Amino acid sequence: MIQLERVSLTRGSFSLREIDLTIKQGEHFFIIGPSGSGKTLLLETIAGIHPDAEGRILINGKDMENVPPEKRGLSLMYQDYSLFPHLTVAENITFGLKIQGIPQHEISRVIESLVFKFGLSTLLDRHPASLSGGEKQRVALARALATNPGILLLDEPFAAIDPVLKSQFIDELKMIREEKDLTILQVSHSREETYTLADRVAVLIGGKICQVGTCNEVFCHPVSINVAVFTGIENILDGLVISGKSGERILIAGNVRIGIPHNIPAGTHVVVCIRAADIIINPICDPENPEFFSNEGIIKGLREDEHGVSVSIDCGVMMTSWFSRREQKRYQLKIGQKVLLGFPFQAVQLIRKECGEDLSVFHSSLS
Amino acid sequence: MPHPHPLLRDPIILVFTIAGGSLVALILCAVFIIAVPELANPIHLASIAGEREVIDSLFITFLAGFIAILIILLLGTPLSYVLARNDFSGKEVIEGLIDIPLILPHTVAGLMVYLLFMTRGIIGAPFQTIGFIFEDAFPGIIAAMVFVAIPYYVDGVREGFEMVPVRLEHVARTLGATRWKTFIWISLPLTSRHIVSSALIAWGRAIGEFAAVVMIAYFPMVVSSLIYLRFVTGGITESRSVAFIMLILCLGLFIGIKLITKRFGRYHDTA
Repeated sequence: MIQLERVSLTRGSFSLREIDLTIKQGEHFFIIGPSGSGKTLLLETIAGIHPDAEGRILINGKDMENVPPEKRGLSLMYQDYSLFPHLTVAENITFGLKIQGIPQHEISRVIESLVFKFGLSTLLDRHPASLSGGEKQRVALARALATNPGILLLDEPFAAIDPVLKSQFIDELKMIREEKDLTILQVSHSREETYTLADRVAVLIGGKICQVGTCNEVFCHPVSINVAVFTGIENILDGLVISGKSGERILIAGNVRIGIPHNIPAGTHVVVCIRAADIIINPICDPENPEFFSNEGIIKGLREDEHGVSVSIDCGVMMTSWFSRREQKRYQLKIGQKVLLGFPFQAVQLIRKECGEDLSVFHSSLS
Repeated sequence: MPHPHPLLRDPIILVFTIAGGSLVALILCAVFIIAVPELANPIHLASIAGEREVIDSLFITFLAGFIAILIILLLGTPLSYVLARNDFSGKEVIEGLIDIPLILPHTVAGLMVYLLFMTRGIIGAPFQTIGFIFEDAFPGIIAAMVFVAIPYYVDGVREGFEMVPVRLEHVARTLGATRWKTFIWISLPLTSRHIVSSALIAWGRAIGEFAAVVMIAYFPMVVSSLIYLRFVTGGITESRSVAFIMLILCLGLFIGIKLITKRFGRYHDTA
C-alpha cells in the first residue's frame, strides 16, 4: 500500500502540489495526465529520488522519510527503459541482486526463471544497444522484477512498442501481478491502456490531482473541465438549467434540450459533457419514443476512422456523435441530412460553472 | 567523360581541404624540421640519449606527470561529477575559477604556484615544518603540473558525466544500489572514455609545462627546462636532440594509450 499525504515538490517553474493519494495493496493504479503534468516526477518522488519533497509518503504503513530509494522495496521502469548500456542483458537483470550481495546460486535461480518467463535466453550476452524496442522492454521488466519488489512503478511502459507486442505485454503484466500480488503504479496517457489494466485512475494535471476513481467514473463523469478535456470528451458545451411548464428541469445548450432530474435549481449555469458515443442518432422519427428524439440537427461532416464514423451535427451548437461502421451501413448518413438526436440523461455529465478551478459536481444526482 | 575526384565536385570541401591542409602541413613540417636532421645523425642522437642528465630529466618529467595525473584523477573526478550533476548558486564562479589556469599566461600560473608553494608560502610553509619541500624540489614540479592541468581534465570529464542519463542512476538506486555503489558501477564506467581521453590531454599538458615548473622548481630539471637551457647555452643541435627524444616518447605513449583504449567504454556500438 502506498499513501501520499500532501506531497509537494518544486522543480524549476513546475510544482507537484499537495498530492493526496492512497494506492491499495495489489492494486493496478494508473496516473494519467497530459505531458508535462508531473507524472514521472511523482513516480520518482515515490521512489525516493527527490528527498527534498514535502509531505509524507507511507509504504505499507511505514513513513518513508529518510528512507533511500534502495530501501523502499520498489522498482522503477522508465519509458526509455534506461538499460545500463555498459552491461550485458544478463548483467542488467542481475545488477540489483549482485549489488545487494545475494549469493550466486540464488542469483542463478532467479535469472533462470525470469529468462524463461520473458524468453530472453538468446539475448543474455548482448548489449542493450543491439536490442529491439520490444526486447529492451522485456529486459527492463525482468530487471525490475529480479529484486522481487512489492511495488512496481511503470513510466509509460508501452509508449515505444508496436501494438502487437503491446497486447502481449499487457497480458504478461496482468499475469505477473496476480502471481506476485504486486502493487503497480503506472503512468500513462492512453485511455485504451488504462481501461484494459487499471483498477483505479488518478488524473494529474498541472501538478495537481484533479480526480481519482474507477475508469468509468473518471472517463464518463469528469469532475472538472480540465479532466473532461483531457479524457477526450468530444462534446463540452455551456448550458443553462431552466424550469419547464410543469416544473420539470430542462437543460438548454444551443438548440438542444435535455430533460434532467429535478433537484438542480433553475438558472444554474453548467458545463455539459457528453461522450460522442453516448449520443444516439436516429434518421427517422421513432414513433415509440418521440420524446426521447426531440432534438433536431443537420449533419455537417462525416469522418471515418478504423473503428467507426464520427459525425459533426449542427444543433445550434456543433456536436459530435460517433457510431460503428455497421450502423453507418444501415443508415447511410450523408452530409446535409436532417437527423434526430437522443441524449440518455445518464450519459450527460454536468459541471457547475463557476470561476476558478473549484467545480462541484451534480454527478451523484444523475446516476 | 571521366568522373572527377569527389573533392573537386564539392567546392566547399575543396576550399576547406586546402585551408585545413595548411594547418596539417604546418604541424608536419614542424615534426620534420626536428626529425630529419636528427635521423641523419644517429650517432650524435644516441650519445645525447645516453647522457645522464637527459635520462634523469626524462625520468623526472614522466614520473612527475604520472603522479600529477593520479592526483587530478583522485580529486578532479569528484569535482567533475558535482559540477555535472548539481545546479547551485555560484556554480559559474567555480567554473570560471577552474578555467583560470587555462586562460592565464603560464608565467602568471607559475608565479601563483610559486607564491603558494615556496618555503614561505601559505601551503609551502606548513609542509616545510614536516620536512616536505616544494621549492626547487620534485614535489614542486608536481604541484605546478597539477595546477596547469586541472581544467583540461575537469572540463572533459564533467562533459562525460553530463552525458550519463541521470535516469540510469535512479534505476540503479531502486534496484538496491547505494549512492556510492551507483557512482562506482554506473556513472564511473559510463564516463570511462571521457576520463581516459581527458587524463591523456591533461597528462600531455603536465609533462609539457615549462614556465610554471621552472618558476617553482628549476631543479631538478624537467625535459622542458633542459631543452631551454641547452637552447640558450649550447644552441640548436644541443637542444634539438633532446626535443626529438621527447617527441618520440610522447607520441609513442599517446598513440599507444589511444590504441589500447580505442574500444574502451564504447557502449553505443551495436555488437
